[in-house]
Amino acid sequence: MGTPAIEIEGLTKDYAVGFWRKRMRRSLDNLTLQVQEGEAFGFLGPNGAGKTTTLKLLMSLIFPTAGTARVRGRSIDNVRMHREIGYLPEQPYFYDYLTARELLDYYARLFGYPAIERRQRVTRFLEHVGLADAGDVQLRKFSKGMLQRVGIAQAIIHDPQVVFLDEPMSGLDPVGRREVRDIILDLKRQGRTVFFSTHILSDAEMLCDRVAVLLGGKLQGVGAPGEIVSMEVYGMEIFFEMRAGSSLPTALAGHAARIGERYRVEVQEEQLYSALEQLRSCEARILSVTPRRPTLEDYFLKLVARDKAAAHPAGESAR
Amino acid sequence: MSTIPGVVAINTFREAVRDRVLYNLIFFALMMISASILVGEISIGISRLVIINLGLSAISIFGLIMAIFIGVGLVSKEIEKRTLYTLLSKPVRRWEFLVGKFGGLLLTLTVNTALMTLGLAAALFYVSGNFLRADVSILVAVYFILLELALVTALALFFSCFSSPMLSTLFTLGIYVAGIFSKDIRDIGILTLNPVMQAAARVLYYVLPNFHNFNAITAAAHGESIPVSLIWQNTAYAGLYVALVLIGASAVFSGRNLK
Repeated sequence: MGTPAIEIEGLTKDYAVGFWRKRMRRSLDNLTLQVQEGEAFGFLGPNGAGKTTTLKLLMSLIFPTAGTARVRGRSIDNVRMHREIGYLPEQPYFYDYLTARELLDYYARLFGYPAIERRQRVTRFLEHVGLADAGDVQLRKFSKGMLQRVGIAQAIIHDPQVVFLDEPMSGLDPVGRREVRDIILDLKRQGRTVFFSTHILSDAEMLCDRVAVLLGGKLQGVGAPGEIVSMEVYGMEIFFEMRAGSSLPTALAGHAARIGERYRVEVQEEQLYSALEQLRSCEARILSVTPRRPTLEDYFLKLVARDKAAAHPAGESAR
Repeated sequence: MSTIPGVVAINTFREAVRDRVLYNLIFFALMMISASILVGEISIGISRLVIINLGLSAISIFGLIMAIFIGVGLVSKEIEKRTLYTLLSKPVRRWEFLVGKFGGLLLTLTVNTALMTLGLAAALFYVSGNFLRADVSILVAVYFILLELALVTALALFFSCFSSPMLSTLFTLGIYVAGIFSKDIRDIGILTLNPVMQAAARVLYYVLPNFHNFNAITAAAHGESIPVSLIWQNTAYAGLYVALVLIGASAVFSGRNLK
């Protein structure tokens, strides 16, 4: 395996909080992980988990208390590293007195492209993010989704090998989210490494080769979305319809939920055949039987609950 | 202007133009027109002096207001609006960003000052019907105003690297006023018998920018020639002072966490 696209070693960030008596608060705690070339890597965690702090550290917008990081073998302190990366900040804001075309031209100038190449790139990337018709509109007239798309265009205007996106789907409507998802998939198809933070777990499951889960500044786990959650079956979900005039079997009546004309019931795996037998005996029509596996969201919520429980033990709150 | 500071400077200039900063020229034009008409009515023989004094003072004041109020927002606005995040994710060093912002505002001030100087020239021609050889002093006085504005811009930028726009305005204004009276501070030090006070006054005199030497408005209004040595001296002084302030600003800003 060659040099990883991103190598993070023991990255730690403390912030001073308080006005008079300053205390140190750890925002990121000894983060170590590697992302391989061409991977789509999801960086998951609730608000305040340390995702944005990590991205800001990688961009040298803030400086680490301890630890180092390299992108494609170059230290993050090396300004040349920035030629190989693109970055979309969370809720991006751009110079709103510029048009989209002028903004992209401005960023392309920083890479030293000559005028003809800049023009070609700007046109190409405006088309790529679906803003070909809005290139000459001032950014102050852009919707949030359009700003997000122009943000992605500025991040990839120089064809970087590694793209960092901070909450690229946040605040977007379903159409906008789908468009951004398509752009990320496209980058992945082109062999780029995409590192994006999100708290929308379905997006991570859909797009990522691997994910890392961060909570309270600490890494909780890294792996493929399927690996990171256990493959055990939570239970069996049965959808069925009852014949007119017949009633629910007594054993299932207590926990079956009616949804329109249908019923849904969840039973343990070992109770499945007995439940099906009962449904058959009252001539119910079985529509589907699906094993319910934990999703990334379940895993995530379990971690958050565990973290809360550790922070406020029951005995302590009673005192 | 294809270097990174050049690219940032052009964008800063474009921002100022699109934010309608140059609208102050309309007020200047209206003021010069009113003054030209008025001096024609009330003064005999001193109309040139009044117009030159008024025009140069207005160029200086308008420029100072722009340098301070735009200068203190050069960095803080980019941090507050987070436009700096995308910029610094590109291969841009922090000092290049600062030099670019400084250059952009200086370019704006130069264009603004040049246009006001044209307005002053037009008003002068209107009231006196001709230009004199001594009017070259007006251009020198304008050049000194520009040097002064460069210094003020550098100071405003320096303070904006670590303090809020309001505090930066107060600091810059404070240093500007103290800089005008830096010679008086030195003289007070000489008059006092306390050696600590003398040393403090001497340090202040050398540390504070000496704005007194940049004021050539009275000389220009009276048609007096300005020594070439003073032009060189002021140019070298402003260049060195600006460079030192920008180095200081870069040192402060390079280690700053952008929250």
